[in-house]
Amino acid sequence: MRVALFITCFNDTMFPGTGKAVVEVLERLGHTVDFPMEQTCCGQLHFNTGYRPEALPLVDRFTRAFAGYEAVVTPSASCAGMVREGHPLLAADHGTADLQRRVAELVPRVHEFTEFLTEVLGVTKVGASFPHTVAYHPTCHSLRGLHLGDRPERLLRAVAGLELVDMPAADSCCGFGGTFAVKNADTSAAMLADKAAAVRASGAEVLCAADNSCLLHIGGGLSRQGSPVRTMHLAEILAATEGGAR
Amino acid sequence: MNGRGVVWLGAPSFPVAAKQALADPQLRANLKRATTTIRDKRLAVAAELDDWEALRDAAAAIKKRTARHLDRYLLQLEESVTAAGGTVHWAADAGEANRIVTELVRATGETEVVKIKSMATQEIGLNEHLAVHGITAYETDLAELIVQLGDDRPSHILVPAIHKNRTEIRDLFAAEMAHWGRPAPEGLTDAPRELAEAARRHLREKFLTAKVAVSGANFACADTGTVVIVESEGNGRMCLTLPETLITVMGIEKVLPSWSELEVFLQLLPRSSTGERMNPYTSTFTGTTEGDGPSAFHLVLLDNGRTDTLADRVGRQVLACIRCSACLNVCPVYERTGGHAYGSVYPGPIGAVLTPQLVGPEHAASLPFASTLCGACYEACPVKIDIPRVLTHLRAEVVEAQGGRTAEALALKAAGKVLDSPHLFAAAQKAAALGGKALARKGRIGRLPGPAAGWSDTRDTPAPPAESFRSWWRKNKEDDR
Ligand code: SF4
Repeated sequence: MRVALFITCFNDTMFPGTGKAVVEVLERLGHTVDFPMEQTCCGQLHFNTGYRPEALPLVDRFTRAFAGYEAVVTPSASCAGMVREGHPLLAADHGTADLQRRVAELVPRVHEFTEFLTEVLGVTKVGASFPHTVAYHPTCHSLRGLHLGDRPERLLRAVAGLELVDMPAADSCCGFGGTFAVKNADTSAAMLADKAAAVRASGAEVLCAADNSCLLHIGGGLSRQGSPVRTMHLAEILAATEGGAR
Repeated sequence: MNGRGVVWLGAPSFPVAAKQALADPQLRANLKRATTTIRDKRLAVAAELDDWEALRDAAAAIKKRTARHLDRYLLQLEESVTAAGGTVHWAADAGEANRIVTELVRATGETEVVKIKSMATQEIGLNEHLAVHGITAYETDLAELIVQLGDDRPSHILVPAIHKNRTEIRDLFAAEMAHWGRPAPEGLTDAPRELAEAARRHLREKFLTAKVAVSGANFACADTGTVVIVESEGNGRMCLTLPETLITVMGIEKVLPSWSELEVFLQLLPRSSTGERMNPYTSTFTGTTEGDGPSAFHLVLLDNGRTDTLADRVGRQVLACIRCSACLNVCPVYERTGGHAYGSVYPGPIGAVLTPQLVGPEHAASLPFASTLCGACYEACPVKIDIPRVLTHLRAEVVEAQGGRTAEALALKAAGKVLDSPHLFAAAQKAAALGGKALARKGRIGRLPGPAAGWSDTRDTPAPPAESFRSWWRKNKEDDR
């Protein structure tokens, strides 16, 4: 299948490794990946912070960049959620009839990465090998926004050598919330402190999630505390072939 | 500030108030213990009903229908209450409601009233208003009593004294009860039984002497004129039955079309709020009855911003709220900050979406941002209010009210321009990588300047890598195609 990658502006700039990992996994599974250069951002930052008129051109840009693709895949649950819920809302409230139509046509073809692997491609074993202990943090957008359920864990369990460990209060918010972490830095820090303690309690070597933004937050806290725990996007673990096993 | 009350005068913005709360480890421990306990109980009792989701759908549908025909149901309620011997009063805002209640109390010649938990009267600041006119209001709900004795403010919808632990309550009883009536017994300990007994004796005197009571309402049925109050302690029932005059102040959104709809809500409310299958006391009262209960019954229907809320296509769904407080108990922000940080009688997620609508978003501008949009509140809400959706809607209203001249607005507008052009975006990525490299030590940035300083107090930030994904792709992949 020819798959278009929506990398998200944030991953593009800060975590290019996540995009490379998605390409690696999809190509390994025999698919062709395209990266439409016209793409930039889904508009989530503007939408969630209350700047709707500023988000609208980004919605328009997104629908044009990805028009004509059978499938669009993104390694960000929160951006997938933005496209799925935010784009139709913005188009309905502020956009033209044409934009509304283009959004409606595109939305069903946009998939979050783990959703795409398990539901569209029907695979859980992607030929990865990663002999480490891993804790999975279900981000709020993957858990309650997209209802990914146990799809990420199913993918992780199928990785050779990987040991998935439990983390206390895994489903509680890490306190990132985009601009929340800046506007309400103290409250955010209190939530982060609890999350970081939970990560430590899990005993994992690696903390993984399906969204780099939450990982940036939790990883930033762990790093400040001098913790040796690494944070990795789930795609990077699925792309890993440590020990040579496939 | 406008004349609707609701927000506490002089209250700081949420981030500032939250900082104070976060600095109090006792408060955080009290909150965590209380919310975790109720949260677990709620999940367990909700799971007992296999039609829980159907009940939530039904409740949402009933509330939606009620809101659509609110005018009709309110007129029907007035008719039914009047026919049953009560009197209905309409209050457009806090000032009008306070005047009506004060006049009604004055007409009885009394200077004391007993009260049972009513958020509507807190919303309008009734106790303070009565005090100015020489009338003392005694709170009789145990938690409300604690708040009143402490000259404090409620911190939770259902457990207003959630922020206090037993020892703090004991000290308060010992020091303050005497100023309000019967003093606390000598040698009072912090054993729950003793505390409850002290409150019981203190309150009993009030119940037996008060001639006027003021209450709130959980529901009112338009077809029968019946008002419903659910509670745990039975103090409400005392207020509803012993005095001669009963004045109920109720937000107009509390009306239900008919008695039969109670079936849905009386299953959802106790399970969602206290994690109980049924609340210990459910009182229903209809007008007046000769020789039984109060001989005069007044129902004050309070608008105070509710019809404005109803006019908002997205925001109107918050009028469905049954004040169960489930959203507070699951909210990670509330769990850390407590209710006072919200600066209003309505704290937590519901407060963040209700308060700005009642008073206008410009008067509670920090509240819609007091959330990570994690969605836990939406998942817990028994009437399926999409709180995250309303939050982002209100954020846009706040931004609009600020007129686009703030530093943030300028920055986000500039970012919008950059993101709408792949070339500008790629250039910005290069600049970020260079700037990040200059700031970083061992690939990580410690302190950040400007608005991100708060972030960098506790978090490192990785330096943006030298090569963005798109430039990697251009170099390594584009030629393959
Ligand atoms: S918004 Fe929903 S969960 Fe929160 S208090 Fe109201 S009814 Fe309960």
